[in-house]
Amino acid sequence: MLNTIDILQTLDMLDRQHLDIRTVTLGVNLLDCAHPDIDACARKIYDKICRRAGNLLPVAQGIEAELGIPIVNKRISVTPIAMVAQSTTARDYTPIAVALDRAAKTCGVDFIGGFSALVQKGLTDGDKRLMDSIPHALAETDLVCASVNVGSTKAGINMDAVAAMGRVVKRTAEATSDRGSVGCAKLVVFCNAVEDNPFMAGAFHGPGEPECAVNVGVSGPGVVYAALQGVKGRPFDEVAELVKKTAFRITRMGQLVARTASERLDVPFGVVDLSLAPTPAAGDSVARILEEMGLDICGTHGTTAALALLNDAVKKGGLMASSRVGGLSGAFIPVSEDEGMIAAARSGELTIDKLEAMTCVCSVGLDMIAVPGDTPADTISAIIADEAAIGMVNNKTTAVRLIPAVGCQVGDSVDFGGLLGTAPIMPVHTASADAFIARGGHIPAPLHSLKN
Amino acid sequence: MKAIVSVFSKDRIGIIADVCTVLAGMRVNVLDLSQTVMDGVFTMVTMVDTATSDMTFEQIQRRLAEDGERLGLSIRIQSKDIFDAMHTV
Repeated sequence: MLNTIDILQTLDMLDRQHLDIRTVTLGVNLLDCAHPDIDACARKIYDKICRRAGNLLPVAQGIEAELGIPIVNKRISVTPIAMVAQSTTARDYTPIAVALDRAAKTCGVDFIGGFSALVQKGLTDGDKRLMDSIPHALAETDLVCASVNVGSTKAGINMDAVAAMGRVVKRTAEATSDRGSVGCAKLVVFCNAVEDNPFMAGAFHGPGEPECAVNVGVSGPGVVYAALQGVKGRPFDEVAELVKKTAFRITRMGQLVARTASERLDVPFGVVDLSLAPTPAAGDSVARILEEMGLDICGTHGTTAALALLNDAVKKGGLMASSRVGGLSGAFIPVSEDEGMIAAARSGELTIDKLEAMTCVCSVGLDMIAVPGDTPADTISAIIADEAAIGMVNNKTTAVRLIPAVGCQVGDSVDFGGLLGTAPIMPVHTASADAFIARGGHIPAPLHSLKN
Repeated sequence: MKAIVSVFSKDRIGIIADVCTVLAGMRVNVLDLSQTVMDGVFTMVTMVDTATSDMTFEQIQRRLAEDGERLGLSIRIQSKDIFDAMHTV
């Protein structure tokens, strides 16, 4: 039986409200690629990725055509490379990043994530080498994404790693200064990183994952924004209900794509990540949803509450629509990738301090924020420490993806193109935190009871 | 496979006839059909079965797009699964 209204509503979402599947990400285990010789290790990695992910692109394109829904990104995530590469004696892991880059290009995917280390409790020799290799590795590759997990609710925060990552971010900015310091757009510092995240730049295939898994990230800020036009001035209960219903529909689409991809790739279905991921396109913005709730501009007082409602309703609606939910699951607030956030940051209403508050109630953190190129490494480390503390204490994933754009000052902006968008340079506090960062050591894990 | 064919165009005489001729030419069976004119825009939604055709889904899709262009119509075909997923629990 035809329900024309439903069909036309779906077509409208696809045609005018930017409804898409943000990513189909194939996770691939590389632990069996360990080898004492780094070139042999890199060869094994290249061969395995091409073998496992060789038909990801045609399968995803087939699903796109058949269902008539765009799958914007096809991606690969791999085992954290520090775990694989520490079998080698090499000090620089760049050859492995180059192999990942080549494999991603051979498979035709948009990004490959997993040049990563998990150091929340401490650093192995391999972790240290990987972190040291990140600036060079990101400068020498196009599609590789790196991430380092520096803290967790169970382990606390590794402040030596936080200090080191401030320097790594700065070195990465300098190593890619000829391209707007774009290397930093592919580098995330996490607290409570998840093992099945399909989104970049923080995706990796965790050690608890199967040999391969298909994870799908949905999108749909434009659809939520359009739906909210129907409840102007109504109480928040109605707003929350509407967002839930909309998120349900969006996620059902993700579940269908994930199941179909899993069958056709003959790879287990991992999770659907319930996310509102914006793009720089007009009408696909999370900031504009918050403004639609009644705020003049995203970043003003009330923004955190609006985001809390949105984030929670997206999860509640999405949970029922999918058999397995995971990843980061929540609304994303990457500044450069969201047309409304860019405008709010340019106006000065949206500040880093407000963004930090917003990350307390949503995924995933201070994301795609460009700061002045002369921001000291210690300041970046201190920003990472603050964000990690929010994640650690609140038992949630938080992350920092800052771009200290070399040669840029507040008032400038840096254009990365494509989904990475345009980042206005945002001011940071100038008072020093260097003595704080110089202490090093470890911030203990928080108490898990007496939570007031 | 059950699929939904949707057609949008400025209204004129014979659109349903044109679309159904194309579908019949590919031996695609029409199961249900609904048509209306909204704000001067002809809108047609058809449920079809492609299993009766010798052509692959991709070939049917390409032919509909080509013939749609020739006839001045926007025609697309999508698996019915996507609409079921979004609107049924």
